[in-house]
Amino acid sequence: MSDKQLQLWEVFTQKKTGMSFEHAGSVRAADKEMALLNARDVYSRRGEATCIWVVPSECISSSSPEDIASFFEPSDDKIYRHPNFYKTPDGIKQV
Amino acid sequence: MNKDLFEYTLRLGDTSLILSQRLGEWCGHGPMLEEDIALTNIALDLLGQAKAFLAYAGEIEGKGRNEDVLAFHRDANHFRNLLLTEQPNVDFGFTIIRQLFVSTWQHYLYSELTHATDKNMSALAVKSLKEVNYHLRFASDWTLRLGDGTEESHQRVQAAVNELWNYTGDLFEIDQVDEALLKLGIAADMKKVEASWNKHIRQVLNDATLSVPEINNFMRTGSRKGVHTEYLGFILAEMQFLPRAYPDAKW
Amino acid sequence: MEVNIEQLEKDFQAKIDAGISIEPKDWMPERYRHQLIRMMSQHAHSEVVGMLPEGNWITRAPSLMRKMVLLAKVQDEAGHGLYIYSATETLGISRDEMINQLLTGKAKYSSIFNYPTLNWADMGAIGWLVDGAAIVNQTALAKCSFGPYARAMLRICKEENFHQKQGYQILANMMQGTEAQKQMVQDAVNRFWWPSLMMFGPSDKNSPNSDELMRWKVKLYSNDDLRQRFIDRTVPQAEAIGIKIPDDKLKWNEKTRHYEWGEINWDEFYAVIGGNGPCNRLRMKQRNDAHKNGQWVREAAIAFAEKRKKNKAA
Repeated sequence: MSDKQLQLWEVFTQKKTGMSFEHAGSVRAADKEMALLNARDVYSRRGEATCIWVVPSECISSSSPEDIASFFEPSDDKIYRHPNFYKTPDGIKQV
Repeated sequence: MNKDLFEYTLRLGDTSLILSQRLGEWCGHGPMLEEDIALTNIALDLLGQAKAFLAYAGEIEGKGRNEDVLAFHRDANHFRNLLLTEQPNVDFGFTIIRQLFVSTWQHYLYSELTHATDKNMSALAVKSLKEVNYHLRFASDWTLRLGDGTEESHQRVQAAVNELWNYTGDLFEIDQVDEALLKLGIAADMKKVEASWNKHIRQVLNDATLSVPEINNFMRTGSRKGVHTEYLGFILAEMQFLPRAYPDAKW
Repeated sequence: MEVNIEQLEKDFQAKIDAGISIEPKDWMPERYRHQLIRMMSQHAHSEVVGMLPEGNWITRAPSLMRKMVLLAKVQDEAGHGLYIYSATETLGISRDEMINQLLTGKAKYSSIFNYPTLNWADMGAIGWLVDGAAIVNQTALAKCSFGPYARAMLRICKEENFHQKQGYQILANMMQGTEAQKQMVQDAVNRFWWPSLMMFGPSDKNSPNSDELMRWKVKLYSNDDLRQRFIDRTVPQAEAIGIKIPDDKLKWNEKTRHYEWGEINWDEFYAVIGGNGPCNRLRMKQRNDAHKNGQWVREAAIAFAEKRKKNKAA
């Protein structure tokens, strides 16, 4: 029997409850329970997590570098979406 | 000093220490990096438990022996670790089954001890129990995977169960130390631990399509009295060599 | 769409010159990819093989605390190997392929791990010198142009800080101990000093890939510069605790504000790289055994997962 590879999983950790999850890295595992335990053992050795997500890498789709122009640049000139676009008269407190 | 409590604490400390020593042998040799890291995490937890229990034992004894003196300057007949913990790694399957048997035992034992009337004992049990619960989940998962994986893994892990079963009687021996401490509300009720252990192990083995060996009357026991298998002497020769060879050195 | 390789290469170089990091899906010259795979996998292998010489002493550590620290440190190395393998996988090579290259001798790992660990002070010397050298290297790599590699280095540098400190502390403690302990320390440093200097690779004039790698900002400093930085940093630490560096030519140059040092034995360096170091065969055997002995475990995990999937589907 040839040596088959275990599946690749992406690991996301939440540092404190209430915070967003951040990508921590990857592990190899045959199933999601194994992926979860492996992720715990690899990515929380120094108390870096209060919660962990594991996702099969193949389930993640990513935009590609060619998409940058059409995806993200159109929002660059929409300065009216940022609060500092608006001037409030002096002496008025922020809502 | 409470001699019974000293003896009892040694049993817990030595069991964690020797199992950790065995698991440490895996570091760098595991079946994949992830499992290398996982086994080492367990070894580290157990070593922490050993250190804490042995430090407490030294305190109870009151003769100035700290955890290192107890770990490195006793001979095999003074060690009180479970016979299971000194059994060799053999392969990943043996290591997992050994872990399953010991972690299950620790789980039920520590659960009882969280109610111990001795405050130090209950505090140590509370902390250790959290760690052991993870070890148990890890070992149970792998028992399932190996038992119900391939034909080869099934055979290997069944062989481990059959072999290690002979040392499970040692887990539940009751002597006057247990009896005396049970009256004081410090020790775990081994009868209860045994019943729970049996139920859980049978469930896990069953789920893993593994068969439970027959109960036999010739189980190897003796750890309570310091009568060990041949393996412990070799473990200690290696583990204790530096402090023994250089008794006046500090590290 | 017509793609002009020359233009792509120009744009690529412009990005690097502007300090923009390269991500896995970005276009990159084949040779850049190839060189990174070579360097990164070699780095990952070094972490994994590097577990062995120190792993030797886990069962023999002289106190419970030392045993814990050593276990944690060797375990970190497994973690670091894993981080770098993962980062390398983004370049389109699988961990299995890389491991296969290691086990068949096609890929290299750092030669330092082909030296034996003979006494407990070696744990100190490795932490202090080998991890010290690695930190100098890796701090530089944390600024390299390939994003996943730089990020892995950042994480590793953070974790590795304690490795060097615990090593130095082992030695400092022993240097205040008995005569026998002091001798162990000196013996360890005598054996590990020169091989640690070799970790920075051949002298610049003999380093064939250097120019290209520096242009691509995969390397940011030359081998000799990093070696100098390491020596300048390490020698005062040795003096502080009474260790003698085994180099008669070592001396401080007030004018350059750097240490001068003797000649590295490059014959030894190339012999060890060529497979004839003291422990090359042993290390490769240990890695091969671990892989072989783990095969049935990996197969079982896969078979079990497939069964579960089928049962669920049914």
